[in-house]
Amino acid sequence: MSVVIECLSYSYNLGTPAIVTALSDVSVSVERGEWVSIVGHTGSGKSTLAQHMNALLIPQSGRVEIDGTEVKPKAKGLRDLRRKVGLVFQYPEQQFFAETAREEIAFAPHNWGLRGQDLDRRVADAASAVGLDAALLESNPFSLSGGQQRRVAIASVIAAKPDYLVLDEPTAGLDATGIRELTHLLSELKRDGLAIVQVTHDLQSALDRSDRLLVMENGVGVTVGGAEDVAAFLLRNPVRGLVIPPLVQFSAGLRARGIEIPLTGDLDTIVRKVEERSATPLKYEPANGACAASDGQGRCSS
Amino acid sequence: MNRKPIFSLRGVEYAYPGAPSRALCGLDLEIAEGEWVALVGANGSGKSTLAKICNALLTPTQGDCFVMGRNTRDETCVPDIRRAVSLVFQNPEDQIVASVVEEDVAFGPENLGLPSHEIRVRVDRALEMAGLASCRLKGSFSLSGGQKQRLALAGALAMQPAALILDESTSMLDPEGRQSFLSCLGSLKSAGMTIVQITHRMEEAIQSDRVVVIDSGRSVWDGTPGDFFGGAYVRWNFEEPPDVSLYRELLSRGLLPDGTLPDVGAMLDALCLS
Repeated sequence: MSVVIECLSYSYNLGTPAIVTALSDVSVSVERGEWVSIVGHTGSGKSTLAQHMNALLIPQSGRVEIDGTEVKPKAKGLRDLRRKVGLVFQYPEQQFFAETAREEIAFAPHNWGLRGQDLDRRVADAASAVGLDAALLESNPFSLSGGQQRRVAIASVIAAKPDYLVLDEPTAGLDATGIRELTHLLSELKRDGLAIVQVTHDLQSALDRSDRLLVMENGVGVTVGGAEDVAAFLLRNPVRGLVIPPLVQFSAGLRARGIEIPLTGDLDTIVRKVEERSATPLKYEPANGACAASDGQGRCSS
Repeated sequence: MNRKPIFSLRGVEYAYPGAPSRALCGLDLEIAEGEWVALVGANGSGKSTLAKICNALLTPTQGDCFVMGRNTRDETCVPDIRRAVSLVFQNPEDQIVASVVEEDVAFGPENLGLPSHEIRVRVDRALEMAGLASCRLKGSFSLSGGQKQRLALAGALAMQPAALILDESTSMLDPEGRQSFLSCLGSLKSAGMTIVQITHRMEEAIQSDRVVVIDSGRSVWDGTPGDFFGGAYVRWNFEEPPDVSLYRELLSRGLLPDGTLPDVGAMLDALCLS
């Protein structure tokens, strides 16, 4: 079960002089239970690609297949496909329209025909899945904090029970605590079997979290792969709008100095490696040339 | 420093109608002409409310806010205050009013009833400063997110304000877009613009003159970026940039000599590896 995108191209204002090509020949697939990040500069086509994943946009050329069904204009069952793939827009809380968080979350399942206790249970499940306090369900969504609003917005998408969750810049505008909590929430949803597709600018967190990354540049998918491969690719081939995260730079620097280390290891891994290979623990020999045992290349001036 | 204050807030309190608690609870703040101040704080700390108070969009429920010496309570001053203080919000799409870039930028000056040659001059300058001169005839909504953000900035600049308040205006930009936006702010600041920048991104506070931490509706810390990153930020649970964490960790284990700079290249060069 997967969303498969093959050789997808898409232009806005097709057939007019104002044509803008947003995607050219992009291929990527997302399996259930997988976390895929789409990274790239603003205007690289990330959001356009995301909107193809739930048939909000229909391919102009190339194919999009959701669980084996091809997305075609006016195809039967587009409605079902859209239910399978939940799309959380940028700043989703700006689209709130209901008086209470409960109504907001209930909107989609109500539209699909759920009523009464079934509907209540669906709302309660979605709220608990995003860690939203049940007491907050009766509040006006606009009175909630930014982090809570984002949860309500995600809950309202989850309430439709999608198999794939596509989020466009889900952490934008959240503070550090909000980002941590949201990332944790997405990991839990993934553990429950949902596929997570995250469009993001934050390369570090994408490398930390994703099973695979798709790197976009000017509407083209320049590479797709696991974190290590993508980090190695980006070190060799700079991509517009993406800055190599400092920890990856540091790890690459250690490699250049002959230390075997993953490029996308976490802070502890890096510190442990440095400690293992440190010539002399500076702490204990501060006085007469802390680096007496160094490689003699004069890098360690004390 | 004897520069004129642009904003003087004295004991400002604000409660949204019907809200159980106050968004601002007795906030004092003075911002001088030409300063670049970064306002940092968690979601819900009152930063955006503060921005709206400074532009007279909201009137304090207690206390006073003076903009260039004029009280925002005085309704006769409000049009002048709003003209002097331009606000750029989080989402640029909320602020785009016209379908062509240059028309969008001209909207404000047109509303001021300026003669058309003056409007043209202002639009040209604003587009130039925002780095959008080459996009002037493009459709506003065909721009990328980062360009839209700069369009919102250009619209604000065309009003030739004395101060600019930016409410999370870089949160939708990619690292490169953010860098170009920040360097644009740098040149505005050199030209004497007062900038109040609300941000979650700690690395953006580095370029400012002064950092003010807002917590639960109060200003709880005020100082230079140097002092802020020298330790003050730890107290408010701000995210530490990963290279700073790495630096502190290596330093505390004695793996880096004292005096090494928290820069990836400098750290690598200073390591003693076998």
